[in-house]
Amino acid sequence: MSEKLRIATTSLAGCFGCHMSLLDIDERLLELVEVAEFDRSPLTDIKHCGPCDIGLIEGGVCNAENVHVLREFRQNCKTLVAMGACAINGGIPALRNSIDLRECLTEAYIDGIGVQNPQIPNDPELPLLLDKVHPIQEVVSVDYFLPGCPPSADTIWKFLTDLIAGREPSLPPELVHYD
Amino acid sequence: MHSTRVEDCKAFVETLIHRYQCNPTELIRILREIQDRYRHVPDAAIEALASQLSLPRSRIVGVIEFYSFLHTAPRGRYDVLLSDSISDHMLGKQSLMDDLCRKLGVAPGVTRADGQVSVDNTSCTGLCDQGPAGLVNGYAVTRLTSGRIDRMVPLINESVPLAEWPSDFFAIDDNIRRADLLLNERPEPGAALAALLERGADALLDEIDRSGLRGRGGAGFNTAMKWRFCREAEGDAHYVVCNADEGEPGTFKDRVLLDSYADQVFEGMTLCARIIGARRGFLYLRGEYRYLLKPLQDLLAQRRQKGLLGDDILGATGFNFDIDIHLGAGAYICGEESALIESLEGKRGIPRNRPPYPVTHGYLGRPTVVNNVETLAAAAAIAVHGGQWFAAVGTAKSKGTKILSICGDCARPGIYEYPFGTPIRDILTDCGAGGTLGIQVGGPSGTFIEPGEYDRRLGFEDLATGGSFMIFDASRSLLDIVGNFTHFFAHESCGFCTPCRVGTSLMKNTLDKIHSGHGTAGDLVELRSLCELIKEHSHCGLGHTAANPIIETLERFPDLYEQRLKAIVFEPGFDLDGALEAARQLTGRDDSAAHLQQVDR
Repeated sequence: MSEKLRIATTSLAGCFGCHMSLLDIDERLLELVEVAEFDRSPLTDIKHCGPCDIGLIEGGVCNAENVHVLREFRQNCKTLVAMGACAINGGIPALRNSIDLRECLTEAYIDGIGVQNPQIPNDPELPLLLDKVHPIQEVVSVDYFLPGCPPSADTIWKFLTDLIAGREPSLPPELVHYD
Repeated sequence: MHSTRVEDCKAFVETLIHRYQCNPTELIRILREIQDRYRHVPDAAIEALASQLSLPRSRIVGVIEFYSFLHTAPRGRYDVLLSDSISDHMLGKQSLMDDLCRKLGVAPGVTRADGQVSVDNTSCTGLCDQGPAGLVNGYAVTRLTSGRIDRMVPLINESVPLAEWPSDFFAIDDNIRRADLLLNERPEPGAALAALLERGADALLDEIDRSGLRGRGGAGFNTAMKWRFCREAEGDAHYVVCNADEGEPGTFKDRVLLDSYADQVFEGMTLCARIIGARRGFLYLRGEYRYLLKPLQDLLAQRRQKGLLGDDILGATGFNFDIDIHLGAGAYICGEESALIESLEGKRGIPRNRPPYPVTHGYLGRPTVVNNVETLAAAAAIAVHGGQWFAAVGTAKSKGTKILSICGDCARPGIYEYPFGTPIRDILTDCGAGGTLGIQVGGPSGTFIEPGEYDRRLGFEDLATGGSFMIFDASRSLLDIVGNFTHFFAHESCGFCTPCRVGTSLMKNTLDKIHSGHGTAGDLVELRSLCELIKEHSHCGLGHTAANPIIETLERFPDLYEQRLKAIVFEPGFDLDGALEAARQLTGRDDSAAHLQQVDR
């Protein structure tokens, strides 16, 4: 292969569990870096995304920064993948969706037990929270959805190897069956 | 809640449980009474019910949350619900709703701070020929106008009891415009039962068979066959259920039958009971028809006095049968027979897996016949007049007549009874409809037909309908109609299976996005595949048909959708910058990083 594929990854409102699962492909990482190299990713610490073939997004969209990062990925990645339950459905962070944002922040920063110097943080450096956590496909168009919390290493591997080989990714039932 | 209120509540629950003999199948009736008294079901009542009926608390809360007319938080002392059916919208419902909310100082769905009033939407109330309609504390109000709204506001604010409200608010007309076989003949009470006793159950079942009568709820199952299956099914008890949960938007013929032909309906039930060997029957009356409850109960009492119900009916030893009326609590899905049975058993109305069918495993697992109101009324008439009388009318596969509920853009909305086989064109002429965009036959889950199709005929062979017949003139927007139906299904999904529970909401959101001009080609592709998924993978008929309005219009009028699409790759379906407004207020920020562009440039 003349040129390696470029892969970018990020975690928005997620727990990095999906990234841990990506690392969990273990020695297959070596096979992966034979054919691909990582662009923006927590693994590389590259701050902004350049043109890429595949973008893997963990986590939903909970604040303004998430929107900007997600849009950067969409603009640069030919194929954008929602990786894991939070990216697909909002997941655990979206449990706050039934609670008013004011109530949420008041509980966390004003009324909560043990809070000192109570105030709602308002530094311009901090991204503002959206009133609800959204799955990523509600903010940009998404090409593939990789289910699981997190998707297992085998699932991620099967998906990536299919995609890299130019096949339509297909996950056998045992990889998406959770009970 | 204060401790005195808690004590009062516990005592009230105690009396209810005693009255209903500690029977968990009566849970919905018990909850309705609690809701009436406290305007919600207080936590203390849930606790008391759970311990005394030996039910898990979650089961009780599950039932409360399932039914639209039961609540865990208090509604207003005056709870006003306006019908959200497309026909009510066409008569100006939305501006009346806005007007009412503004004048009362209340937001839809939120009880006013003083607890005096709440205003909300409700699914079709079955008063489409005299709308815009609604319910006040469960009682139907019709022909709402801005004048009526103005009169209603002080009545509510000054706490005038409902009984002292002007009676014209509650006037409900039958509006029978065309009567045929069924509506012309009104057999004397007892005539069908006398015929039954004279000829015997076997001969009468043969007579029903000869009539070719098929179920009038829409599916059209052969009635004699259903009764025979049930009769032959093993069980220590058999039951007859009359399905009066007329929830398909645009249908109101059962309301008229129960208002003016109820004797005949009860007679049909009694007939069926004798044939299948049932001693107990239920009329499942939709909650919206609560105003009919008292008159129907009075009629049952009269029939008992006349020896037409109770023990040894008409002197026939061992012919024992009685009917109980079960009032629904606001759930379209309970019109599905197995969901209805679940509801009768005091549970959430979730359709059962079929088979087994109710004829062998119905109420409490016993053989049960569930028939539509119109079917039972027809059966009683057939008992009196004979099967041939009925079979002589109609077409080869659709015998007799069909009662239609006609509403929408026509001069004379109301009840029309036609022989099966009548062309749609004739119906439109009779009701005074012209310049039409099309007709929705069979309600939101039915079929939309265009002017070029008006030679099609009423009947199971061609256009089957449970009775709903909604007319739209050329000024109406098809996407508005499809939108209304899609919202209806999303609201009424029972929540049991994921394809329907989640799918109908996603479908609603995507349709709204396209309808409001924010959709892109990708959204349309998504909508198509979502519709197919819901149709293919849902558990019951609601899910199987919920996507029909979109699928049909996408197939026949793709331009309607395509002309609304944006020529961009994607736009979020919600207001991105608006989603930051709460955080801006909380932090007092308004810098450029505190805003988002709706579309990524």
